[in-house]
Amino acid sequence: MPRMTMVQAINLALHQAMERDPSVVALGQDIGVNEGVFRVTAGLHAKFGPERVIDTPLAEAAILGTAIGMAIAGLRPVAEMQFSGFSYLMLGQYEGHATRYRSRTHGQVTVPLVVRMPYGGGVRALEHHSESREVLYAHLPGSKVVIPSGPRNARALLAAAIEDPDPVVFMEPKQSYRAFREEVPAEHETMPIGRAQVVQQGTDITVISWGAMMRPTLRAVAEVAEARGASIEVIDLLTIAPLDGDTIVASVEKTGRAVVVQEAPRSFGPAAEVIARINDRALMHLEAPVRRVAMPDVMTPYFGRERLYFPGPHTVQRAIEETLDF
Amino acid sequence: MPRTRLEAFEIDHLQVLDEEGRIDEALDPGLPDERLVELYRAMVLAREADQRMLRLQRQGRLGTFSPSTGQEAASCGPTLAMTGQDWFVPAFRELGGMLMRGVPFHRVLLFWGGWEEGNVFPGLERTLPIAVIVASQIPHAAGIGYAQKLRGEKAATVCWFGDGATSEGDFHEGVNFAAVWRSPVVFICQNNQWAISTPLDRQTASATIAQKAIAYGIPGIVVDGNDPLGMYAATHEALERARRGDGPTLIEARTYRLMMHTTADDPSKYRKDDEVEQWRRRDPLVRMRRLLESRDLWDDERQQRLDAEVKKAIDDEVRIYETFDRGRPDVYFEHVYGTPHPEIERQRQEFLAGLQREARDA
Ligand SMILES: Cc1ncc(C[n+]2csc(CCOP(=O)(O)OP(=O)(O)O)c2C)c(N)n1
Ligand SMILES: [Mg+2]
Repeated sequence: MPRMTMVQAINLALHQAMERDPSVVALGQDIGVNEGVFRVTAGLHAKFGPERVIDTPLAEAAILGTAIGMAIAGLRPVAEMQFSGFSYLMLGQYEGHATRYRSRTHGQVTVPLVVRMPYGGGVRALEHHSESREVLYAHLPGSKVVIPSGPRNARALLAAAIEDPDPVVFMEPKQSYRAFREEVPAEHETMPIGRAQVVQQGTDITVISWGAMMRPTLRAVAEVAEARGASIEVIDLLTIAPLDGDTIVASVEKTGRAVVVQEAPRSFGPAAEVIARINDRALMHLEAPVRRVAMPDVMTPYFGRERLYFPGPHTVQRAIEETLDF
Repeated sequence: MPRTRLEAFEIDHLQVLDEEGRIDEALDPGLPDERLVELYRAMVLAREADQRMLRLQRQGRLGTFSPSTGQEAASCGPTLAMTGQDWFVPAFRELGGMLMRGVPFHRVLLFWGGWEEGNVFPGLERTLPIAVIVASQIPHAAGIGYAQKLRGEKAATVCWFGDGATSEGDFHEGVNFAAVWRSPVVFICQNNQWAISTPLDRQTASATIAQKAIAYGIPGIVVDGNDPLGMYAATHEALERARRGDGPTLIEARTYRLMMHTTADDPSKYRKDDEVEQWRRRDPLVRMRRLLESRDLWDDERQQRLDAEVKKAIDDEVRIYETFDRGRPDVYFEHVYGTPHPEIERQRQEFLAGLQREARDA
């Protein structure tokens, strides 16, 4: 199996989707001739031409609005927001239409589209280029939010998102774009959307995260496991909405303890929903309060100070230890 | 019933100072000598500061930034026409104008260096920080203009943005509001022909950006954006109109981005070198210097003196930037709200305790 970065793996998924299905089109700012500001769309314009790989004018609301129209009329658009920080301009179209058409027409009009967007910090980027605001899209009924953590699941989840019958916001942790490689099968591969993955089995505590936070989380887990011989179960959410409560609850029923690690600001984030699910369905199995590790509720810092604010392996490690010791 | 024509429109093009430094006497705004020299100096400073930032970025001493080399006339010319009572509302390619307004260069460096302090301009009023979200500042300008009018100020607002910005809803909505409200605003589109890799003809099917003004019922004009005097004259006229209560104007400044979009961009992927070379020959600094020389206001010796002065001023500011006190890690907690809240305070204490532990463990 070839070893790929996440950028290459996402690129592979796009190439294969466009080869397999002539109704798949890509649109966004600078995705064609320029092949995307992160080169995620490399080779697409050359191979599939400007009619299927569309360099749009600079307007996020219209990128999504036209993608909705295309989806309604039989295409499978994959729209790109250049950075998640500019995607809020499409929010009216997304909330007002993409997520609603199926429900309000009882399934007669549907919107099978994907909106890809790089998100998150850690690359010394400018203001509006480092935020983690997945909850804005996760909060909306009818919206699916998928966040891969590595090359292989990025490819498989994007392939699934493009085949999905509903709108999917596909958030790409840009600090993981080129940070590491994984083996990615050359043949078409998908993973189910709406399902979390137990990436490591354990019995003492459940540690839950997603996206770019998976790497520091796994490092912290390895440290604690090594230092204390703890048996730690690790869950990668992969889909933020709809959230896979079953996998979380089954794990916590077994371990009785949990820590949730989120890059986004603390309040009202996905971690709060994970904890609420545990409270709803596994409270009587808990032996310690569920901890969350998150950014404070402050503006995402400019990169001069961002390292201080994002959860790192040390803070995750401490949260795991304190929860084990409770 | 015959069809009748309800509207027809024309768009003017203005150039006062041509590429050779020849001035059109009929259009000469008649700036006194010292103002002409001031304008030239401001453009030289902007150019040198921009080129220094490129070097700093390459050396890893600055983050990603958007160079403005080649576009000095389009921000310095208009800024010369402004007073301190006018509001300055930039996008992110108005380095020259910002420095003219009195933003210290080290603040610009702090911004692109990853420090919020780069948005703080102590003692400087009516000058907004850089707006990264394309076109987002345009409605603000319409609102600022409205406030100025309501408060009875005899002043106006100048708002910059790019050609790409004219595709965003914020452009159309902001200009429309300003037009309906007759807000005293001068909208300046720095049409530098590209929005990252998107050329103008993929951005709009209009022959000019200026003509979009017609649809909103306000005057629009195309100006040679590399002509500092043309930019000054057009802005001066638009500011007069705004202050008189006759509403906004849209100025399309035709210029060119000589450098990459940002330091993370590779323009060779989407544009040809000879296009860049053609525009290099239309350099705003060269024609301004020629004008000054033709009026005996400039020579090699004065240029050398200016170069040395500018270099020293930039060196000093780089030093301030690099020794700037970055001591307060918890500064982000201080400005979340205007009034303290116990939850934020609690998170701050937790954050500081965490930092202390990290320091101890390290
Ligand atoms: C709303 C929004 N979308 C996308 C971006 C990313 N981006 C930054 S600058 C830019 C191009 C802007 O082009 P233009 O308005 O012509 O200004 P220029 O960069 O040429 O000065 C883009 C797409 C952004 N900053 N804001
Ligand atoms: Mg432009």
